[in-house]
Amino acid sequence: MSVILESKNISKYFHQPVDFQVLKDVSFSINKGDFVSIMGKSGCGKSTLLYILSTMDTDYEGELFLNDVLLTGKDHNELAKVRNEQIGFVFQFHYLLSEFTVLQNVMLPGLKLGKKSPQDVEQDAMDKLKLLGIESEATKIASRLSGGQKQRVAIARALINDPLIIMGDEPTGNLDSKNADNVYNIFRELSHEKGLSLLIVTHDLDFAKRTDRIITMEDGQIVDN
Amino acid sequence: MKYGIILSIARTHLISRKRQTIVASLGVTFGIAAYIIMMSFMTGLNGLLDGMILNRTPHIHIFNELSPSTPQPIDRSQAYRQHARIVRSVRPKKNISRIRNASALSREITALKDVRAVTPMVRAQGFYLGGSNRLSASLIGVDAVKEAKFYQLDDYVVQGSSKELQITQNGIILGKGVADKLSLKIGDKIQIGSPNGTIFQFKIVAFYQSGLADIDKVQSYINLKAAQRLMGESVNYITDLNVKLYDMNKAPQLAKSLTRTHGINAVDIQTANAQFETGSSIRTLISYAVSITLLVVAGFGIYNILNMLIYEKMNDIAILKATGFSGRDVQQIFLSQAMIIGIIGGALGLIVGYFISWLISRAPFETEALPTIKTYPVNFDPVFYVIAVCFALVFTFLAGFLPSRKARKIDPVDIIRGQ
Repeated sequence: MSVILESKNISKYFHQPVDFQVLKDVSFSINKGDFVSIMGKSGCGKSTLLYILSTMDTDYEGELFLNDVLLTGKDHNELAKVRNEQIGFVFQFHYLLSEFTVLQNVMLPGLKLGKKSPQDVEQDAMDKLKLLGIESEATKIASRLSGGQKQRVAIARALINDPLIIMGDEPTGNLDSKNADNVYNIFRELSHEKGLSLLIVTHDLDFAKRTDRIITMEDGQIVDN
Repeated sequence: MKYGIILSIARTHLISRKRQTIVASLGVTFGIAAYIIMMSFMTGLNGLLDGMILNRTPHIHIFNELSPSTPQPIDRSQAYRQHARIVRSVRPKKNISRIRNASALSREITALKDVRAVTPMVRAQGFYLGGSNRLSASLIGVDAVKEAKFYQLDDYVVQGSSKELQITQNGIILGKGVADKLSLKIGDKIQIGSPNGTIFQFKIVAFYQSGLADIDKVQSYINLKAAQRLMGESVNYITDLNVKLYDMNKAPQLAKSLTRTHGINAVDIQTANAQFETGSSIRTLISYAVSITLLVVAGFGIYNILNMLIYEKMNDIAILKATGFSGRDVQQIFLSQAMIIGIIGGALGLIVGYFISWLISRAPFETEALPTIKTYPVNFDPVFYVIAVCFALVFTFLAGFLPSRKARKIDPVDIIRGQ
């Protein structure tokens, strides 16, 4: 199995309001097709870890590899490109651009990547929406959708550039159990059928139990992997 | 392609906030329109006021002036060099008012490369005879065609045509004040008495109104030859040479060199009308100050609206950055919004500015001083429109730059964590 994401001795400090070490020598790796969840109490540093792994937070010590490429120390523009092309995000809050249509929301990262013509990107976006069963909402303005629908649009958007890995920050945290189930099933399918790696930070024990692997964190350290 | 998506995001943001966009654009529109209107009107007025003097005034005026000779003969004496020399009751020697060898001088000056034209003039004194009245007359003998071409004589001819003067040997363009006093009309004859007592008859071909009542009561234009005959002089008799240059600013230098080389009186326009340039430049300065103030206010409007927009759009910025848009892309999105506002507002400003300038140029404006002007003078120089567009773009860029740089620096982690 090839390693997709690897963290080596990642540490992070907060300096406000007082100096405080959030992450202590966190090392682990995720293989292709792994469906991994990170669990832990509030404040254990799991979200902070995710932001570092997602390349959005660059203020840390240690090394981060994505697909065997060292990302630590790259500049913001390069990292933005990496996020655009190789990482898909799903957040707790749906984070769609509320004034754009569903289809536009899904297309945006694809248009930004610019590898395909807008027509092809639109076709891809429709395919992803179909995959998630919300193609009928494509022309609606994003702010008009229900919470569950929004989360599915966010997943479609995360998939548009066929990333190596999808990262989720409590993607089911804001959904009722039926919709949460739905999201789990979608992730499961992506992991099984498309061989996509998934790294999901969650509070939801039921959700975590059904993933392939649980990483448990406490006080900035991995206590169980 | 890549910029296309940035523009389309910018456009969606603007369209979804129609009212703010319109208000911000109108700010620019007002600034630009005000600039165009003020500049067109001010420079139109400046041109008119300057023209009143500058068009009518030769760039260099050559004439003979009565003056005591310097140095006085006693100053040349070697014998009294060491003495205090006091001469009482200095009298200038008898001076002839004509310019010596005027035609040769005229040809020589015409040949200079900076000179556009040299027009000869004969000033003559006399009397208008109306019944038993004798009104003093100041008659100016001119070449009517040149006078119209180089000194806009036609602008001051209120009735009749200056061309008639060229055709009619004994024609006269009569001052309006004289005509009113003697109740004369075009086609009438008027008798003029010369200083040495001869009486000449002239035919009125046109009326002349300078705007200065005192001048209009005495001054009239006649043909050069008629003036020479009136003075009982030959065709060599020329009292003034008026020189028009291509570049007015070369006048002082040329006047100085003519005075030196020919021993004549040559006065340049800058010396004769020093106050004019000051007035024009201060008016221009005021127009610029007011317009720039308006644009700065418009710029602050854009700055405010973009700042607000960026606070509102924190989530969007975080999503864009999380999904792979770089800080520069985000900055470009917001900067494009400022520039779109600037372009729309500016374009509208050009149209509004032109339209109002046009309205002003049609508004009636009648003044005694400018008999041929019927509406307000407006300068439709395209340069103002070009400058206005540059202003609009520069100001909106500056107004958009700071907020958009803030958007560039927003850390998406702060926003996502803050939820």
